[in-house]
Amino acid sequence: MRTLAAVLALCAAFLWTLTAPAAVHAPYEMAQSPVPANGVDTRVLANLQQHGLEPANPCSDAVFIRRAYLDVIGTLPMPMEVRFFLQDNRPDKRAVLVDGLLARDEFADYWSMKWCDALRVKAEFPINLWPNAVQAYHRWIHDALRSNMPYDQFARALLTSSGSNFRVAPVNFYRAIQGRKPADIAGAVALTFMGTRIDKWSEEKRNGMAAFFSRIVYKKTDEWKEEIVCLDPKLPDAPCPATLPDGVTLQIAPDQDPRAVFAAWLLSKDNPWFAKAAVNRVWCWLMGRGIVHEPDDIRPDNPPVDPELLAYLERELVLSGCDLRHIYKLILNSRTYQQSFIPRGDSPDAETYFACYPVRRMEAEVLIDALDGIGGTGESYSSAIPEPLAFIPDDQRTITLADGSTTSAFLEMFGRPTRDTGLESERNNQSTDAQRLYLLNSTAIQKKIENSQRLRGLMQGGKGRPPELVRRVYMNLLSRPPTKDEMESALAYAKTQGLLPRQAVADLVWALINSKEFLYRH
Amino acid sequence: MNGSFGKDAITRRALLQRGLLGAAGLALLGQPALRAQAPAKKAQAKAVIQIWMWGGPSHLDTFDPKPEAGHDYCGPLNKPIPTNVDGIRICELLPLLAQQADKYAIIRSMTHGINAHETASYMVQTGHKPGDGLVYPSVGAVVSAFKGYDHGYQGLIPPYIVLEESQGRFSEAGFLGPRYMPFCTGGDPAKQPFAVEGVVAEGISEERQRERRELLHGLDTLGKALPANPRLAQLDQCEAKAYDLILGDSGKLFDLSQESAEMRDQYGKSTFGQSCLMARRLVEHGVPYVTINYKGWDTHKQHFETMRRKLPEMDKGISTLLQDLTSRGLLDSTVIWWGGEFGRTPKVQWEAPWNGGRGHFGNCFCAMLAGGGFKGGRVVGASDETGEAVAERPVYPQDLIGSIYERLGIDPDGPLPNSRGLDVQVMPASDNGPGQGRLSELV
Repeated sequence: MRTLAAVLALCAAFLWTLTAPAAVHAPYEMAQSPVPANGVDTRVLANLQQHGLEPANPCSDAVFIRRAYLDVIGTLPMPMEVRFFLQDNRPDKRAVLVDGLLARDEFADYWSMKWCDALRVKAEFPINLWPNAVQAYHRWIHDALRSNMPYDQFARALLTSSGSNFRVAPVNFYRAIQGRKPADIAGAVALTFMGTRIDKWSEEKRNGMAAFFSRIVYKKTDEWKEEIVCLDPKLPDAPCPATLPDGVTLQIAPDQDPRAVFAAWLLSKDNPWFAKAAVNRVWCWLMGRGIVHEPDDIRPDNPPVDPELLAYLERELVLSGCDLRHIYKLILNSRTYQQSFIPRGDSPDAETYFACYPVRRMEAEVLIDALDGIGGTGESYSSAIPEPLAFIPDDQRTITLADGSTTSAFLEMFGRPTRDTGLESERNNQSTDAQRLYLLNSTAIQKKIENSQRLRGLMQGGKGRPPELVRRVYMNLLSRPPTKDEMESALAYAKTQGLLPRQAVADLVWALINSKEFLYRH
Repeated sequence: MNGSFGKDAITRRALLQRGLLGAAGLALLGQPALRAQAPAKKAQAKAVIQIWMWGGPSHLDTFDPKPEAGHDYCGPLNKPIPTNVDGIRICELLPLLAQQADKYAIIRSMTHGINAHETASYMVQTGHKPGDGLVYPSVGAVVSAFKGYDHGYQGLIPPYIVLEESQGRFSEAGFLGPRYMPFCTGGDPAKQPFAVEGVVAEGISEERQRERRELLHGLDTLGKALPANPRLAQLDQCEAKAYDLILGDSGKLFDLSQESAEMRDQYGKSTFGQSCLMARRLVEHGVPYVTINYKGWDTHKQHFETMRRKLPEMDKGISTLLQDLTSRGLLDSTVIWWGGEFGRTPKVQWEAPWNGGRGHFGNCFCAMLAGGGFKGGRVVGASDETGEAVAERPVYPQDLIGSIYERLGIDPDGPLPNSRGLDVQVMPASDNGPGQGRLSELV
């Protein structure tokens, strides 16, 4: 069966190179993919064929660089980086770019933000980690991502650490949960590492897993908001039964740490949940949709749309020694990831089966950073909690904020997750009326545009040469040069009666900030 | 429903009444939560103005003075003044409110026992205790769900407005989701113009608004390449609505210069005073829920100095609001709810580093309710002689909020519809609450 699928897949991949492309949309697409098909593509293509779908055209270099920057480091590329990439003639320049992005500090910044969503890193209600512990925990997560700590080690540290919430940061995993009953903890563990919701399990199964977390205790110290998380030092008299999610019941000896027993099961190479949940989550983060969707709702009656693809990625994760960056590279270097956002045909299933790259609004934090980058300003965040006062420098980027309860009307308006539950669906990237008002007409946006040093620099550089000025604005905002039509529209607008040149530039910037191309990852 | 019916004994007449009155008729009888309740009373109130005393105001220095407790408790504010209702006295710094005590009720026995801002804020604004893994929506979000766009509200001004900054203590929409989040105006109504974020832009003429909108459409290259995408279509819809507000008449509601100078003066030129005026305009326009997020009451230090500075502006703002709503015939349909997350330690902290401050105090504090059918000139409950404990009729946040919902015609014991599929009630069941239930004495 598997060989047949592989043969089919190879044929499909071959066909892909032969099929004449549909009309190519400039400036977003190109006719021939510049990258070879990889293991991801063979599976995706075979699956598309089964569902009667065709993949979209390859995306252009300009689309790719913007997409890769936003998806991998949550940051817009600078015009110089775009120019360099567009002029680069190396055949493997996309793979080189991906490697470079994965090595940047912003990679750890941005993915810490995503992991902190899943791990509910928040000082205030209802998680109540408190500021000191939030900082310690965030720093630990950031270090783990920057050093590419193998994912099984990451999980083991979170599941089995004991000590002070200030000094042994991963113990905060057990504090960042609403409720401290064993069943609450089991729910958080299953959601985070198994991508599944135990409220859909039988009570017996839930209790069986909860038993692994029944000996955790929390102790206060004399220091403000310090808390020790450890095993109850009072040993039980007899072995305690606990049932793994696969139904096997174990007797835990009094001197054994039941958390470690659970972790040993979860992190074994053939565990059916751990790798699946991890690769599915990463896929969802990069491709906008899980192979099992929602990515934290894995259960028998919610099957993957592409089982071969999921199995392939799981194997790759295990074989690579739980190297998540290996999975990133597989996905980012695939033709599947590098498809255009314009689906071929009008099937509503194109996004579901990954026959195009799905457009989706920039995340709240990424969007405000992008706006601040253009405006050359920071957000001056403050913490609502007086003690200890978290000092946040004015120019600190939003994707680096540790605390999910940092006050910000913008972030709330644009759907930052509340970090109350760790569910992926907490993040809301839908557009609302209030967001639209804010972007179209707020003084905050207007001031960013009018007071921007960066735009002033542009205007200086393009003085007396309107087309050059338009080009620079486009490179800064949309990471590409304007098309002929766009150039004409922009130049015509500048001739509007009664409009000062300064205002014409401001309005062009305003229009591009409000364009779908700016607001939506594509 | 106290008195005549027991929890399970419900008369045939009551059953018939419910069957006739309830929209869903007898089908509702299957639900135990409903069975124990009297039919919801006809809604009298249409709107709520919530004056949120961010930080927790001192109960002793506002509506529950304790001059007999001595200097250690009262500090310099030890001469409360009588009001226009016999037997009710309030802080000496509230002389204007003292003349209108017949319009409001004071609850002097609020309690929840929590001394941490965020948990107390959550309890006082949702009526729910934390800890069951759910974050419940605040009152404004619930009202927005029952009285907003889902139920025929058509205004371009969103149904739940916060003047001016968001509170940021917890997610106000809770599990109801972002659709029910408040619209925070930003800006400062004491300045001209009141620059409501997104609605009022300074220095952009209407003509330029129209021209640059055309530019935006002309440059929509990606939108043209992807015409059928539902997410992009949603953005277009939002844009159309946004421009209705920017270019249409609704946005003029925020233009306080349309009010007379005398009126603006009467409310006080402070941000709070003008927020009260703005709240009245919004309610008059049909907005069902307005929160004035009134900051600055977390007075650990310099407490009495702060009281002397802030209470007069509060006095002016709220008393004018009461008068103005009354003279416009709006007070009967508008609930005013004043209160913070807790009170403050009745015993003054004279020692360093506080040097005359008051700490957090959730054991006993006060709230004020007016309008919307609540009876004025009343005091509910009482604190003990020092204000440190409830002496009679403890009122829990769920009792107070449930009473407001009843005024609005929202059944506190009914289901709270939500997109997460949770089977939850609007409020915790009233018949096994910790207190003596909703404020029937004010109805």
